[in-house]
Amino acid sequence: MAVGRLKVNPTRMELKRLKGRLKTATRGHKLLKDKSDEMIRRFVEYAKENKRLRAEVEEELAAALQSFVLAKAVSDEATIQEALAMPSKSVELELSTTNVMSVLVPKIEIKESNSRESYPYAFSEVTAQLDSSIMTMSGLLEKLIRLAEVEKTCNMLAVEIEKNRRRVNALEYVMIPQIEETIKFITMKLEENERGNIVRLMKVKSMLADKQ
Amino acid sequence: MYNKIAMIGDRDIILAFKAIGMDTYEATDAEQVSSLLKKLSKECAIIYITEDLAQECESVLERYKTKSYPAIIPLPSSKGSTGYGMEGIKKDVERAIGADILFNKED
Repeated sequence: MAVGRLKVNPTRMELKRLKGRLKTATRGHKLLKDKSDEMIRRFVEYAKENKRLRAEVEEELAAALQSFVLAKAVSDEATIQEALAMPSKSVELELSTTNVMSVLVPKIEIKESNSRESYPYAFSEVTAQLDSSIMTMSGLLEKLIRLAEVEKTCNMLAVEIEKNRRRVNALEYVMIPQIEETIKFITMKLEENERGNIVRLMKVKSMLADKQ
Repeated sequence: MYNKIAMIGDRDIILAFKAIGMDTYEATDAEQVSSLLKKLSKECAIIYITEDLAQECESVLERYKTKSYPAIIPLPSSKGSTGYGMEGIKKDVERAIGADILFNKED
């Protein structure tokens, strides 16, 4: 792939500067590549967990919701509305972030508050089907939150890995070849000058010798 | 404050989520969802949304992907899963690794 060289003057100073840049670029490339490898390893772990959790949650939630809808159909709308209008517990979350390969991913924990009882209504008002669906839902809450945490982590890692790969590729296929080519160009140019100089000196010397 | 859980969905199922302590919001189309999200992203850590709604406003959800909060998670509705959530994981894997290595084992 022809990448072209940088537009610089072929001087010794420029050569020294470019050699320094090449060193930094190569080192940076190696570091970023290692980072990418490790991020992918972590990502695969999270993605697997994400897949497993989502499969579980989807299955259980669909069942719970189905029984909920059925329960709703049996009793009349107003009763259900009334029964569930004031939830007996409110979920509170304890939030923080963890650092996964310098990506700040969320960490969510449940700080369940004032859970006096799981049913916000009296048993006489509604059917047993509603009870069971609400019970499954409560059981699912923890999984749902874990799913949110893992899925978000996956999303963020995926974006970061993509960005990082672009950086690695830019270094590997553009920056480093460009600098190498420019270094080659400058070295050749300097050698060429050197040769020209030697020839000139030899010529002068022979002219002086002829004169004497 | 960032410590609430919200659920956006249709009337039928949000009640079930309300019963276990989430804040629930009713929405039926993409426009409602995006204005809700704008409001909720300031106060909620997790926003669950039904798969069919998520599918309708994908471009809006994309915007929230890179921030750590809120996490917007599609969930199946009472009709069962449409596979949209799994599709999301698949997309992430493809994005990160370039090829899908988690899912193609099964099919």
